[in-house]
Amino acid sequence: MRAALSWKRLRRRLRYWLNHSERQRLLMEEMEFHVESMAKELVAQGMSETDARSAAHRKFGNMTQKSEEARSTWVARWISDLAQDLRHSFRGMRRDYGFAAFAVIIAGLGIGASSTVFSIVNALLLRPLPLRDPGRLVSISNIDDFTAMQTEYFSDLRELNQSFSDLAGWSAFYRPGDNQLTGAGEPERLTSVPVTGNFFTLLGVQPTIGRSFTAEECQARYSAPPAMLLSYSFWRRRFDSDPNVVGRKLTLNNHPVTIVGVLPASFDFASIFAPGISIDIFIPWPLNDKTKPSGNTMKVVGRLKPGATIQAARAEFSMLGEQLRTRHPERNGLEPHLMPLAQRVSGRVAPALFVLASAVGVVMLIVCANLSNLQLARLAGRQKELAMRAALGAGRSRLLRQMLTESVALSFCGAVLGLVLAIAGTRELVHLHAFNLPLLESVRVDGNALAFTVLAAVGSGVLFGLLPALRVSALSLCEELQDASRGSSGSKRHAWVRDSLVVSELAFACILLVGAGLLIRSFLRVLDVNLGFQPERAAALRIDPSFRIRSSAEQNAFIDDIQRRARSVHGILAAGITDVLPLRDDRGWAVAARGQVYEKGHQPEAFIRVVSDGYFEAAGISLRAGRDFTERDRSSSERVVVVNETMARTLWPGQDPLGQMITTDGGRRVVGVVADTRHESLEMAGGLEMYLPMRQTADYAAMQLVVRTALPPDSLAAELRTALRPVDPNLPVREFQTFQDLVDRAVSPRRFLVLLLTGFAAFALILASLGIYAVISFSVSQRVQEFGIRMALGASASELQRRIVLRTLGLAALGLALGMAGSRVLSSALASLLFGITTGDPLTFIEVGTLLVAVAAVAGYIPAWKASRIDPMVALRSS
Amino acid sequence: MGTEKPKADLLPGTLDMLVLKILMRGHLHGYAIAQLIQQLSDDLLRVEEGSLYPALQRLELNGWIDGEWGLSANNRRARFYKLTTDGRKHLAEASARYRQVTGAVARIMGFA
Repeated sequence: MRAALSWKRLRRRLRYWLNHSERQRLLMEEMEFHVESMAKELVAQGMSETDARSAAHRKFGNMTQKSEEARSTWVARWISDLAQDLRHSFRGMRRDYGFAAFAVIIAGLGIGASSTVFSIVNALLLRPLPLRDPGRLVSISNIDDFTAMQTEYFSDLRELNQSFSDLAGWSAFYRPGDNQLTGAGEPERLTSVPVTGNFFTLLGVQPTIGRSFTAEECQARYSAPPAMLLSYSFWRRRFDSDPNVVGRKLTLNNHPVTIVGVLPASFDFASIFAPGISIDIFIPWPLNDKTKPSGNTMKVVGRLKPGATIQAARAEFSMLGEQLRTRHPERNGLEPHLMPLAQRVSGRVAPALFVLASAVGVVMLIVCANLSNLQLARLAGRQKELAMRAALGAGRSRLLRQMLTESVALSFCGAVLGLVLAIAGTRELVHLHAFNLPLLESVRVDGNALAFTVLAAVGSGVLFGLLPALRVSALSLCEELQDASRGSSGSKRHAWVRDSLVVSELAFACILLVGAGLLIRSFLRVLDVNLGFQPERAAALRIDPSFRIRSSAEQNAFIDDIQRRARSVHGILAAGITDVLPLRDDRGWAVAARGQVYEKGHQPEAFIRVVSDGYFEAAGISLRAGRDFTERDRSSSERVVVVNETMARTLWPGQDPLGQMITTDGGRRVVGVVADTRHESLEMAGGLEMYLPMRQTADYAAMQLVVRTALPPDSLAAELRTALRPVDPNLPVREFQTFQDLVDRAVSPRRFLVLLLTGFAAFALILASLGIYAVISFSVSQRVQEFGIRMALGASASELQRRIVLRTLGLAALGLALGMAGSRVLSSALASLLFGITTGDPLTFIEVGTLLVAVAAVAGYIPAWKASRIDPMVALRSS
Repeated sequence: MGTEKPKADLLPGTLDMLVLKILMRGHLHGYAIAQLIQQLSDDLLRVEEGSLYPALQRLELNGWIDGEWGLSANNRRARFYKLTTDGRKHLAEASARYRQVTGAVARIMGFA
């Protein structure tokens, strides 16, 4: 009954509110009638008409106000209050635009940073992968999280397993610029990914134009795919989005190939499976072709059957793995590792994102503390206004609401600015191809980010408005009126609130600074790592000939020609050829020293590089013992190998490696030992490395000319191109990659994190120092009289300064102590991101402490200096 | 002095109850309600117009009274209010509560 009643009332209220202007008019008419009746009675009592009328009006009072009062019962009251509060807030903002602008800017920066980070987290972790039903997709690797498997195993697993509706594979060994496109316009090196025929169907990707591969197209030869699919970006770049491109015949690696389809823009293979590399085309991978590459070459993804779980699939696959291993002792090892695809894609960046999100949360807290503090300071100036409002009958809750409306309105203005910043920020991010992060291209401010921004605005508005609002609603009229007349006592009593806000700001800033400091020092350590090669002034150019090399004599002639011409270019100091570039591509073989028996599963593996004479010099890899390759190391001479120090130590511990034999690759004699390089990443030691002379093998997939230059490499690119043109007029020499680029790319995720976190920490430091400055100058301004008296009584200016600076440092010390303790606890979350230092790195903590104290001292000294210049006479008189 | 400020001295909700009670007599406009309260209390209670109209709006919003436009005795458009069924029910509850409270007050004051 009660519920029904209040429902009826609500409906009535709504109806009244909807046609409130009509009701207002009627109410006025009703009251008009009342006044007239009163006047009539007064006339009847003998008053004159006009007198009666004015008397009645006097008695009735202000009719508009009365109607307002009457109206307030039926206009949903809070709406009108809200409107009034908003009007009031904006009027206040106009009046105090300095404060408003400051509040909007820092709230905007904070919210902008939060929304940007949220957009990144959203794209990388929260949003489902842009594939059909991505939750059922599982990545299947071998032995560890990165290793691929043999295609034979793929075929077996695909046939035998019960958990997946299908498995699809793609090559783990495609490399940028592996393919050469000729015949249509400028020759160009393309990056292609060989995929199994069902790859796109399994992922749920439909070509926008044309079709996917047919079974027949998947039966051809590996080296001569008859069909290819274009990626959307390549289609746009090379073919100007020509819809008639399907069916066109082009020449790929001297073989005819037909374009059968174009993939949709929404499918960005690279951003999911190979961050930072842009893929141009996809080609079919014939599984039964004997010429396909052997070894662990295939990466596998599966789609779980409805109802199947990944746990059950894991159990099944470890069983299948064991069966297949025993059935095929001739193959490589197989230990299937299953992981949800989404986790495989962004799991690696999750810790960094977690740190970023926490950091931006802390920044927001500092922003709120700062604004809260400012609001409290402003209250002092508004005491009279508020006391007046209270005296005129504004209730506690009304005042509380007004203060909150004010702060939320401010933070909403900030949110508008923040949104602009976030949109600009995410746009900027998307174009940072230098950053080697998955899904970065899909970062944008979407509906979720918008909702997040609104929440952040409301949340921060309430958070920073709450303390001042509570303070206002708790204020007693009497106290305030007294306070207004005397000027200081009330705020002094509440000084601890503001002090603790400043202390917490400092503590938070300290935590951020320690985090940023640890990451910066790790970053510097990483940059400081001995790479084993010298990236400065080294660059690589892809030079695979467009014609087929048929004999080793032809190969020798090509290598000689290229190296001679390259070395003849003025400014090129050294030139050599390699098949893989450091920090970009790799392959590994099992190796064995002759006469050594290794337990199964314990045979050492080495990374293989096929290089020509002159490569070590060009890359800056130093020779430690023996000799470099020479042009006399040919197929007709003894088969030789150069190993790195780790390999020499591992295979021949305590012996001289020179002259030793390895059984790998048909047996080779060690003629030299070179320094270890960081080939896989800057953070990881390179492991065993082995260099084969290019003139003695045909087992390489690419030729990269590496040159060492006297001038910055870019200035020589054009000249080098001209010099090489006569060797092969079809040589597409688009890609000229400096080694420094390779290094920069490898450290880009780390740089990304360091940049953002340093930005946040700097912002936090600025806010905290502003906070401490504001609190100290406020307390100084509140105590002008006291200082005046002290100085009149003989206190010296320096003594006064010392007192104020000491108080500042006291606050700073407290904040620092809390922040340091917090950092010590929280920094363990950073452990996986650090390199070369511990989470408790004393130097970082000391530096941060010094920085914070220094900043606090400066922030406190300025008001102290001002205070010491107070003229006692003026100060005393001002009361 | 006390009689000058009946509003402040009335128990909360009393004005609403008085208005409802007056409306038991039939359809009345605001002015008539004010007049009647004054007359029936022997000029002791004077309803301020500033309280009367918000009270009428409130009562209408709660569904206890209904307002209708009609013509006054001297042919002027005026708004007449009448008691609804809900209003009657509420009046009964309110007067019972009022009786209890005033009875209790009277006992304490030794009037009874």
